[in-house]
Amino acid sequence: MAQPVESSEVKVSTSPLHGVWAMTNRELKKWYKAPFILAMSLVQPIIWLGLFGKAMNLGAMFNGSEFNIPGLNIPASVLNTLGATLMKSIFGTTSYFSYLAVGMLSFITLFTAMFTGMSIVWDRRFGILNKFLSTPISRNVIPASKVLNAAVRGLIQALIVLLLAVLLGMDVSHVTALGILGTFAALFLMLVGFGSLFVTLALRATSWETQMAIMNLLNLPLLFASNAMFPVSFMPSWLQPVVKVNPVSYAADISRQLLIGSTGMMSVGYEFLYLAAFAVVMAIIGQVMARRLLSK
Amino acid sequence: METNVLVTPPETQHAAALVEVKDLSKSFNGTLKAVDSISFEVYEGEIFGFLGPNGAGKSTTINMLTTILKPTSGEAVLCGHDIVKEPMEVRRSVGVVPQEYTADEDLTGIENVLLCADLYGIPRSVSKPRAMELLKLVELDSAAKRKVDTYSGGMRRRLELACGLISRPKLLFLDEPTLGLDVQTRAAVWDYIKKLKSEYRMTLFMTTHYLEEADAMCDRIAIIDHGKILRTGTPKELKDSLGGDVIEIAVKEDAGDLSEDLKRVPLVKEVLKTDHTYRITAELGEEAAPEIIDVVREKGLHISRISVTKPTLDEVYLAITGRRIRDEQANWEETVSTRMMMSRARR
Repeated sequence: MAQPVESSEVKVSTSPLHGVWAMTNRELKKWYKAPFILAMSLVQPIIWLGLFGKAMNLGAMFNGSEFNIPGLNIPASVLNTLGATLMKSIFGTTSYFSYLAVGMLSFITLFTAMFTGMSIVWDRRFGILNKFLSTPISRNVIPASKVLNAAVRGLIQALIVLLLAVLLGMDVSHVTALGILGTFAALFLMLVGFGSLFVTLALRATSWETQMAIMNLLNLPLLFASNAMFPVSFMPSWLQPVVKVNPVSYAADISRQLLIGSTGMMSVGYEFLYLAAFAVVMAIIGQVMARRLLSK
Repeated sequence: METNVLVTPPETQHAAALVEVKDLSKSFNGTLKAVDSISFEVYEGEIFGFLGPNGAGKSTTINMLTTILKPTSGEAVLCGHDIVKEPMEVRRSVGVVPQEYTADEDLTGIENVLLCADLYGIPRSVSKPRAMELLKLVELDSAAKRKVDTYSGGMRRRLELACGLISRPKLLFLDEPTLGLDVQTRAAVWDYIKKLKSEYRMTLFMTTHYLEEADAMCDRIAIIDHGKILRTGTPKELKDSLGGDVIEIAVKEDAGDLSEDLKRVPLVKEVLKTDHTYRITAELGEEAAPEIIDVVREKGLHISRISVTKPTLDEVYLAITGRRIRDEQANWEETVSTRMMMSRARR
């Protein structure tokens, strides 16, 4: 139906996938061709792993510490066993570093997803978006390529964080190939969901200040009202329901169940279902809003 | 004031209309009419120009024709496709060179052109040689592998041209193609545009607020102000509509009114006297002037000053809108410098 009207007899592709590929490629090129940005996006997780994972070593409070009750002289081995049991019951693993490192995967991908909105704001501001809109790519290609770009970046960053965590001493006794695959599938769903959400929020924004304000408003609440760094049981009862609807918690929980063998909030299957629903709903909203808002 | 006067130039009378616009309007927020019921045609092979100040509705019109904005009412057919009903077909047949520098600064020149090709679905086997050919035409082939953030303003403009032409469009939109460039670069950019036009036999639709440019480059011009087309015609027709050249003559002595005598001179159409100065409109200024001098001398009077002015589009614009387009220019330069600043801030 779509008849190419080129003056020369060139067979042009009318598939939307061609456009998605071209646009995603553009975004990714900007990333891997800029060594500084690439390096910065890798340095950040290293700092976080070091700061939170190693400096805030909650396990050290219980394990091998000088702690004792005066006059009782409990043997160190008993204390250590007690500490391990405590850790196990709270974090689902004896190593807080492992607990946090896996949570960090969700945290890193959340931040990558948040920044996807910014690039739409820039494109609009500099007239680039208008140029794209005057070419025969579908309106849906624009949000789709931004989200896809975030997904690729996020997963690569997550992979690097995971490797770093293993090097820094993450507990690998439970890691399986299927577990890693499942973890990345969960992270992908989270990236699609949040990527679509932030792209949708950015569709009408004309200033990057607005978009930054939205990001700043949402990033820390999304992170701390989740189990990415601390278990739900630590939190006050009023916060727990919030944590239990936050998709970040689900991605972190799936990763922990699959990579370090923690006991999760619910079964992996249910958690996947929840994340998938979140991703699909957000993607649909993003696509519908793009159709509406990108043509005035 | 008469509006929407459509003048078909004799030489393109038989050419097909590539763009047909009828009563096209665009309102924002329900009230503000950015474009108010405009109608015009663009014929195959011509350079059609929209001339008007900032905010006249030029860019809004281009955005509607290139299917970025949806019109509030009216219709437009480009290359046989309706802009509302068949936007995809319209996008495939037109090329756009936007006002802004839209090339990606983080990519190289050739990567930018290839990205544009990809957006049109052109296979790499075709787009690669074509991109090189275009970059050669705009003399960017040696800079093709350099990142765009090292390009000068003129180079960026040429890169935008190459991007706009990658799909070999029948119709090319140029939105303020020389905005923010210095005089030499503007001339050079126009040389490229003319070269590309003859190479690919395109029809050009451009907007500008540079009167000299519109005069020199456009086959036909539509003067647009406050969203309305006030006059359409060839630059010559528009200038002729003023009635001819203007001769201003100042007489030393204060000796009655010479108007009636001057009006009897052949070619003279109108005489206006203010103090010692007569403003005479004549068909061929250079030929009428000597006779006017004779008339004054016969009366035994002396001429202190005489000038013959050929009408420019500036005067046409003044006569039609009541103000000079130059007044707006200062604001334009401001816009450009702000844009440049933003582009730096981005990095």
